[in-house]
Amino acid sequence: MSSLTPANPLVLTIGDLQGNLRRLRKERFMHVLLFGSAALSIGISILIVFTLFREAWVFLSGLIEQSGLGALIDGGARPGWYPRDGRFDLPTIVLGTIIVSGISVVVAAPLGLGAAIYLSEYAKPRTRSWLKPILEVLAGVPSVVFGFFALRVLGPDLIQPLFGTRTPTSLLVTGVAIGILVTPLMASISEDALGAVPRALREASFGIGARRSTTVVKVVLPAAVSGIVAALIVSVSRAIGETMVAALASGALGQAPRTVNPTDTGLTMTAAMAQLAQGSDQVVGDTLAFQSLFFVGAVLFLMTLALNLVADRIVERVRNQY
Amino acid sequence: MTVEEINVVRPLGLGETSGRRGDEARSVVGGRTGLFTTADLSVYYGSFRAVRNVDLSITEHEITAFIGPSGCGKTTVLRCFNRMNDLIDSARVEGIVAYHGVNLYDPDVNPVEVRRRIGMVFQKPNPFPKSIYDNVAYGPRLSGIKKRNDLDDIVERALRGAALWDEVKDRLKASGLGLSGGQQQRLCIARAVAVEPEVILMDEPCSALDPIATARIEDLMQEMKQRYTIIIVTHNMQQAARVSDRTAFFTTEINEESDRRTGVLVEFDRTETMFSSPTDERTEQYVTGRFG
Repeated sequence: MSSLTPANPLVLTIGDLQGNLRRLRKERFMHVLLFGSAALSIGISILIVFTLFREAWVFLSGLIEQSGLGALIDGGARPGWYPRDGRFDLPTIVLGTIIVSGISVVVAAPLGLGAAIYLSEYAKPRTRSWLKPILEVLAGVPSVVFGFFALRVLGPDLIQPLFGTRTPTSLLVTGVAIGILVTPLMASISEDALGAVPRALREASFGIGARRSTTVVKVVLPAAVSGIVAALIVSVSRAIGETMVAALASGALGQAPRTVNPTDTGLTMTAAMAQLAQGSDQVVGDTLAFQSLFFVGAVLFLMTLALNLVADRIVERVRNQY
Repeated sequence: MTVEEINVVRPLGLGETSGRRGDEARSVVGGRTGLFTTADLSVYYGSFRAVRNVDLSITEHEITAFIGPSGCGKTTVLRCFNRMNDLIDSARVEGIVAYHGVNLYDPDVNPVEVRRRIGMVFQKPNPFPKSIYDNVAYGPRLSGIKKRNDLDDIVERALRGAALWDEVKDRLKASGLGLSGGQQQRLCIARAVAVEPEVILMDEPCSALDPIATARIEDLMQEMKQRYTIIIVTHNMQQAARVSDRTAFFTTEINEESDRRTGVLVEFDRTETMFSSPTDERTEQYVTGRFG
């Protein structure tokens, strides 16, 4: 007789292998609960996008009825964003946003990347252990604080005397302030990207007699380039979406003429939206001005979406090179 | 023997010109001679002493193997020879590593210059995510060689020197990461020899490779020792027996008080002697496979 055959064969029923039914029910309940929370957040996002585009459509059809789609690009002598007067010149606020986020990238990219390289490649562990938390605290400062800093200090005390702007607030002030605001974000994501570069690559470079700076430029940065591009795009998205600083420090209140000069006062898309929504006289719920808020929001949404798609493509292409 | 008794000259060209230049081919430390001579070498990681009081001499144009069980400090000692331990923040080195009579740990010595003369090949093949050509040209470019023709010559010579030329000559622009593991390791050897070092340190260069790739690297080492001095750390005793001229056996000692392990050099001799008639009982146990 084989030793595998038990002397007294056991009689098995399905019930014996079913396990504890209460635990089984608990497991299923957890499954449903977690699926529910995932579904809810996705559902809310879809609802937001849906509302955004529905109201944006209401605005567009209203505008077509009133003055035609051409009104979105004012061809007149003094074009501008004057929602109170029913003048919705989109280039005014899109240009404002591009100028501001462009300036903020010029400020944040070198500062943030420099800080990241220092933290990741040069700082001793002890230095990093107190420097990095400070950077993270900086990232957590509410943007309204940056807004007031730009309004009261950066604009009148630094930018105005330095660049000779006519007003203490301008698109330039907003751009620089948002640049400072975004720097910790840029630094943090870039540092993660640099930290992900294998130690072996650095050792290979040092092992041939490369200096630290050469190793950073020739080996670490190229290997981390996809992460750095991602950091840049996230920073740009954040700069485009930043509202409070733009609403406080750009100098325009709810309306502005079209301009391409950063030292002028102006409006970003976000500032235009915020100031429209701030319960002033005409925002009662069904005027075209109120609906324009959703339309601008929808355009903003499409812009950041496009930016993220482009970023994905760039990251993918860079990764495929190696 | 204390460090004070050892007469080691200061680095080359740093104001010590009269008869103290370290251009002797050999270092004389405490009566021992060699291309490298260490004296009372200890390495600490923080407060932990990883390896202590190592005295050994490396002969030029030979292959010296470091063997021993895990944690015995053989890699740590190897990395003292081109100051790679400097890259570990907590690491601290005591004692002397004399190279051509110059103490590599003299405060005036620039580790970057050391590493141009003493190259390294690592445990895991670590080519840069660049083309095969750019991998090999990396070192020469650091020294300022920019002319395409010069670089082409160096790259070809280095790849031939690493027995890789015939396999890659038609795809020098392809990524180094597309090669097989063994080819990648030979690419790393080519990258190291492209700067014409005098010494090549190899840290378990075959541990990630299959037996065929390993055999190729071992053959290559035999050719390379005509031109270079090689120090190899290996886990594999057969490999040490096959390739090396001299073998150093390291092991760990447990400190009774702190219960921590410290690496020590047990025995250092010609490889035949080490494997046939070692002096120390621990060496014999290790090479016969009864320990470690």
